[in-house]
Formats: sequence, structure tokens, C-alpha cells
Amino acid sequence: MESSSSQEFIQHLINGISLGSIYALIALGYTMVYGILQLINFAHSEVYMVGAFAAFYASRSLGLDQHPGVGALIVILAAAVAACSILGVTIERLAYRPLRKSPKLNILITAIGVSLLLQFSGQIIFGADPKLFPEVIKDVVLFEIGGVDVRSMDVTILVIGTLFMTGLHFLVHHTKMGTAMRAVSSNGGVAALMGINVDRVISFTFIIGSSLAGVGAVLVGLKYPKIDPLMGTLIGIKAFVAAVLGGIGSLPGAMLGGVLLGLCEEMVVAYFSSTYRDALAFGILILILLFKPAGLLGSLQREKV
Amino acid sequence: MAERQDHREVLLHAEDVVMQFGGLRAVDGFKLTLHQGELVGLIGPNGAGKTTCFNCLTGVYKPTSGRVLIRGIDTKPLKPYQISALGMTRTFQNIRLFREMNVIDNVIVAGLQHARHTDFDSIFRTPRHYVEEARLRERAMELLAIFDLKEKYDLKAGSLPYGDQRRLEIVRALATEPRMILLDEPAAGMNNKETEDLMHLISKIKRDFNLTVLLIEHDMRLVMGICERILVLDHGILIAEGTPSQIQNDPKVITAYLGAEEQA
Repeated sequence: MESSSSQEFIQHLINGISLGSIYALIALGYTMVYGILQLINFAHSEVYMVGAFAAFYASRSLGLDQHPGVGALIVILAAAVAACSILGVTIERLAYRPLRKSPKLNILITAIGVSLLLQFSGQIIFGADPKLFPEVIKDVVLFEIGGVDVRSMDVTILVIGTLFMTGLHFLVHHTKMGTAMRAVSSNGGVAALMGINVDRVISFTFIIGSSLAGVGAVLVGLKYPKIDPLMGTLIGIKAFVAAVLGGIGSLPGAMLGGVLLGLCEEMVVAYFSSTYRDALAFGILILILLFKPAGLLGSLQREKV
Repeated sequence: MAERQDHREVLLHAEDVVMQFGGLRAVDGFKLTLHQGELVGLIGPNGAGKTTCFNCLTGVYKPTSGRVLIRGIDTKPLKPYQISALGMTRTFQNIRLFREMNVIDNVIVAGLQHARHTDFDSIFRTPRHYVEEARLRERAMELLAIFDLKEKYDLKAGSLPYGDQRRLEIVRALATEPRMILLDEPAAGMNNKETEDLMHLISKIKRDFNLTVLLIEHDMRLVMGICERILVLDHGILIAEGTPSQIQNDPKVITAYLGAEEQA
């Protein structure tokens, strides 16, 4: 009895971390754009949605669900990443860049507008009814450790999530563009005066953040294979909460916040009631804003005079 | 000496620069010609528009009217990073380091524009990436050494003591490989000893890096000590220009600047 309940706990732990790493991937996009532009990019959740559909159509046109496996997964990941990065950078170019010098509120409202535009364009283009995401990875029990099932889906999500987050860390800390990104995030105006092409850094940030949303979309599609044009709303808000929880603007914060939120959700569903699953994110948001508005790893930016 | 100045290369030429903020004319008809190798001071009472002038010269503000030419090129259509590429750099009155980054990265950022490796090189770790990164670090360390910051290269810039932060700003500016450097109150908040050391340092880097320096300063003594030529700004208008001794004896300057300071 004792051991079976701890096995159960470990099972939930694995589920929670795998869900959390998906939140983390999407949260990174929010936090990166916020770090550079101090903008909550509300259209990010729709970029994520488009990623899921790009993967869906890529798989359908190539018949990939007939040939599941790592190859198929890589192809739909590439499709999602390509679609998302193009969309992300286009949104920045057309909607945000012309407003770069206007008050922050204008650009925030524009972001909400772009989000709605994409949601309802999605309903026209993709149709409002849900579609079934291709099963490119068969969810089987890979192995069992001490009574805990380790499933291929969770392994896939964890491996890919870790891979991309490590990649991001490498990019930000060990490349030329990453150094420039950190400088722009610290103080864009000064970075420009020190010879950094800020527009280029911003485009790059949107490409990376949106790509991670595309990866997240594929992982969600694999785990919960029902996609529709409004699928971004709820997960977008949750990823945003994860970013705030970790400290918006902080990359490790977004990762930590995502994993924590995933774990909390899983545990609430497992030990209380699934009714509270979605309420939890909002509860956390209220608590964090009340007691630690800078987030777990964030630092409150002093207003510059 | 006065005749020789005309033969030196003109690095910066500003004419009739006006900066209007709503109803406030912060700078009105500013003009300045900086020759290669000069050390010029810009002084004036608080709120005279000195920093606004700097912002117009470096492209932070686009002047309402007037022209700013750097090495003969009109800076109006240029982005700040392109102005930096022309060899103009600056420091800030209120320190603006990349606080969350460590000391050496602050310097490396400023050198990036001259690095020859691309993002492709960085991601795939080509030999060029290693060569260029090593060169950037080495250069950054050399500059830090000049300003006694070498041992602190790995600390967060925001955690440095005040004086170190001021000097790190100058190091960062030098890393852009400038022809001219605009220093906005570099000695602000420093004690007499620190100020004196800093002034020697400014003269030294001016010589060693073959720089042209434009300096905003509040401390009259200090400007008089090292500047060859001084401009005096009051209420956005240039009221005097000349050698330190001419400035010291100019009645307009004495009423506008020194007089105001004595009352304060």
C-alpha cells in the first residue's frame, strides 16, 4: 500500500514535469519578448496555435501518420518552427515595429488585436471544428522502474523540451547574437549607442521565441491530440502565468515557473479535483502578484528617470 | 596653433542644432566643430542643455532642425548603431551599464560590431568563432587593465562600486574603437583625489588611443585644467567659446555661470 502510493506519486511527478516543460517552452517566448521590448506579446498564444496547424498540415500532406517515428517527428517540428518563426517575425515587423516609439499601452492593445485577428482568421482558414493531431509518436510504455511506467510520450516531451531549452541557454550565453540580446534586454537604448543593431536583435528574439512556441505546440499536439484555432488561449494564459511566476524577463525563471506550474496542476488533479485544474493558474497569478510581484527569480526593474 | 587647427581633420561638425520639446527650446542654435585630437569642454549651469546637446550629437534625439555631420556624413537618417560605427561613442551622466551582465561582457558587447565572426560561426563553433572571441576577450582585458578593472572582470557590472562603474563606462565606450568620445560628467560624484586621477587617465587615453574628446563637466577647475577650448551653454544658447583663460574672464560667463554658482 505504502509503495503503491509512492509509485503513484512518482507517476504524477513525471506527468507534471512533462506538462511543465511544455509550459516552460511557451513561457520562454513571453519572457524573451518582454525582456527586450517590455511588451506582453498576447499574439504569442496564436503563434503557438499556428504551429500546431502547420505541423498538422505538414503531416497530412506528407502522410506522416502512416509512418510514425522520430523522422516524422522531426519533420513536423521543422514545419511548426518554420511557420511560427515566420509568423512571429512578421507580426513584429508589421504590427509592433511601427509603434516602437509610441506609448507602451498602444503596442499592448495592438498585441491583443493581433491575437484576436489570428484566432478568427484561424477559424476561417482552418475551420472552427477541432482536428485530430497526427500520432507521429506511439504512446507506449517504454520501460518500468519499480512499478512506475515510463511512457514514450513523456520521454519524447522531456528530451525535446530539455534539448531546446539547453539550446536556448547556449544561444543566449555563448553566441554573438546572445551577447547582443542580453545587452538589448538590459538597456536597448544604450546597446544601440554601443553599436548593436537593435532591430536585428528584436527580429531574432521573435524568431527564437516563436520557434519555441512551435515546438511546444507539437508537444502539446502529441499529448492532447485535439487542435482548434482557439487552442492557444488557455495554454497561452497559463504559460504567461508561468513566466510571471518565475519572474518575467528571466529565462531560468520561465523554465522554473513552467515546470512548477505543470507540477502543481498535476498534483491538484491527482490529489484534489480536476475541477480546479485551470483555476490553479489564476490562483497562482493572484498570489504571486500580491506577495512577490517580481516573481521567483526576477528582480524589480527600477523605473529609469 | 590656431592656424594649424584648420588643417586637422574635422570629425564632428554641428550647425544651428535646435531641439524643441513642446514649448521648451532645450538647445537653440548649437554649433561646434571638433578637429582630430582636440579636447574640448562643454560647460554650463544645471539645465543649460548640455546633455541634450550630447543626445543630439549621438543620435539619441533627432534635432528639430540643424545638421550634425560626423566625418562629413549627415547623421540624420542614421540609426544609433550606424553613428557608433562612424567612430562616435559616449558615456552617461547617470551610469547606464548593462547591470545584469558581468564586467567583461559589458566591454565585449561594445566590441561586437568589429568582430568578424557571424552568428553562423558562433552556432557551429567554426575556428573563426574561437579566434574572434579570443580577440574580443583579450582586447577587453587590455582595456580593463588600463582602468584597474582587470581583476573584477567576472563580477556583475551592477555590483561594482560607484567609481568603478564610472570607469567601466569609459572602458565600454573605448571598446567601440572610437575616433571621438563624448564624456558626460565623468567625474560626477567622485572625490577630489578620484577626479584628479580620472583627469590624468582621460589625458592618457586621449594620447594612447589618438582620441578626440568632448567633455561635459560641472567642476570648473577640472575643465580649466585639461581642456584646450571651452564652450559655455546657458538656457540652450551658446554664450561663449574660447580658451580656458578667455572663458574665465568673459563677463557673460561670470554672470551666467560662475555668478549663479556663487549664489547657490
